[in-house]
Amino acid sequence: MNESIPHDRVQETAHPLAPEGLAAPELPALPEKMSVRDLDFFYGDSRALKKVCVPLFDRKVTAFIGPSGCGKSTLLRVLNRMYDLYPGQHAEGQVLLDGENVLDPKLDLNALRARVGMVFQKPTPFPMTIYENIAFGVRLYEKIGKADMDERVEKALRGAAIWDEVKDKLNASGLSLSGGQQQRLCIARTVAIQPEVILFDEPCSALDPISTAKVEELIDELRQEYTIAIVTHNMQQAVRVSQYTAFMYLGEMVEFGETSQMFQAPKESRTQDYITGRFG
Amino acid sequence: MIDHTVKSFDVELELLGRHISEMGGIAEKMLADAMDALAGLNAVLAQQVVAADARLDALQRLVEEETVAIIAKRQPVAVDLREIIGALRISNELERVGDLAKNISKRAAKIAGEGRIPRAVGGLKSMHDLAVVQLNDVLDAYAQRDADRAKAVWLRDVELDALEDSVFRELLTHMMEDPRNITFCTHLLFCSKNLERVGDHTTNIAETVYYIRTGKALPTERPRGVASAVTP
Repeated sequence: MNESIPHDRVQETAHPLAPEGLAAPELPALPEKMSVRDLDFFYGDSRALKKVCVPLFDRKVTAFIGPSGCGKSTLLRVLNRMYDLYPGQHAEGQVLLDGENVLDPKLDLNALRARVGMVFQKPTPFPMTIYENIAFGVRLYEKIGKADMDERVEKALRGAAIWDEVKDKLNASGLSLSGGQQQRLCIARTVAIQPEVILFDEPCSALDPISTAKVEELIDELRQEYTIAIVTHNMQQAVRVSQYTAFMYLGEMVEFGETSQMFQAPKESRTQDYITGRFG
Repeated sequence: MIDHTVKSFDVELELLGRHISEMGGIAEKMLADAMDALAGLNAVLAQQVVAADARLDALQRLVEEETVAIIAKRQPVAVDLREIIGALRISNELERVGDLAKNISKRAAKIAGEGRIPRAVGGLKSMHDLAVVQLNDVLDAYAQRDADRAKAVWLRDVELDALEDSVFRELLTHMMEDPRNITFCTHLLFCSKNLERVGDHTTNIAETVYYIRTGKALPTERPRGVASAVTP
């Protein structure tokens, strides 16, 4: 049981189909890469998150689901302080990254965003070559030579499962790629910085099914090395890619638990109504 | 439970439930008729039971097709997924109950001419009555999605097992008394085994109802009666 979340919001770790009366098998406590504790968020006077508590377990994929406006994207934007770019928005509470509060105003935001990368809903390649799309970000954080940079670019493109498709045209514009390729290029750009956590904000909503499958496959591979949070409107995608799922509604964390349990036998009726399409 | 935003999904689920109910009704009737055929050594009634099985098989296939189509179309989760998987399982169990009733009927037709010691059928009648009550109860539990009622059925199966033991001993006695009873009583032995199996399918249905309602499984082992010295 995790201490950072109120007990009634945390699922038992027993397998959902464990026969009644049998003790839940002891699972090792998972290390938390990030811990959100009692987080409130305000757009001006409007409170978008209400005392949200949720862990991001190390090298696991956590999916955030919920209807539009429930606060899941807002939560993601707090995790790497993206909201700092906008006046009038502020967060209260704690967001710990390896035990350090990222909401601390003294924190170096560039360093934070290097550790917590983000991939957006729409692919956002820079209007430059494929090579430069990757190298540009790396140069912001590190000074490395040409040979090292070549290696870093290749590794990132391989890591994002797009190397074979672009290796012969690294000097072509990033904008010449298809939507799915552009999104994987953006993932490569994020991976190139060597972050520890990657945040995906509906990364497949603008992609066709095949590109979606490739990105999902990629997310599954990335979790070997990175802690991942993904916001998605696609319920089946949450089932496929995540090990943990958090259901949010009206700015509150309604339920958090293992994905298999959440989609087979959720504890909260609001979760059940939402995932089975009985909402509103 | 509130309706789905997509109304046609509710319509599909309702139809699925209706087909399960129809299967339940047919299985119950087949079982009752099979017992009447056996008790009355009525070959004509026995034949009707055999004929009724075709509709049950057809419904089972229909349920199978419906569940596959719903899964492909709706990608159901949570209670919807449990409902659909549950319907698939229950239809299989009911189809098996029909097969067992059919088997009893076939044996009834075979021994109808012999007419040896009809009183030997008495014990089977008690087994049958209990099996029917159990099946009826579990189908009600399904209709009401009542986990407690399903669990009660599940626990009561031990009584049917005990009855089977006593029927076994009784038939053995008849066979030892007069070897000419052996063929007749052997058929009855198979019938008692069939009724005991009906009880097992009923408990499987009870487990499924419990799962649909709660998302949890009942223990894999059911409580058993006194260990039988005779059950193979």
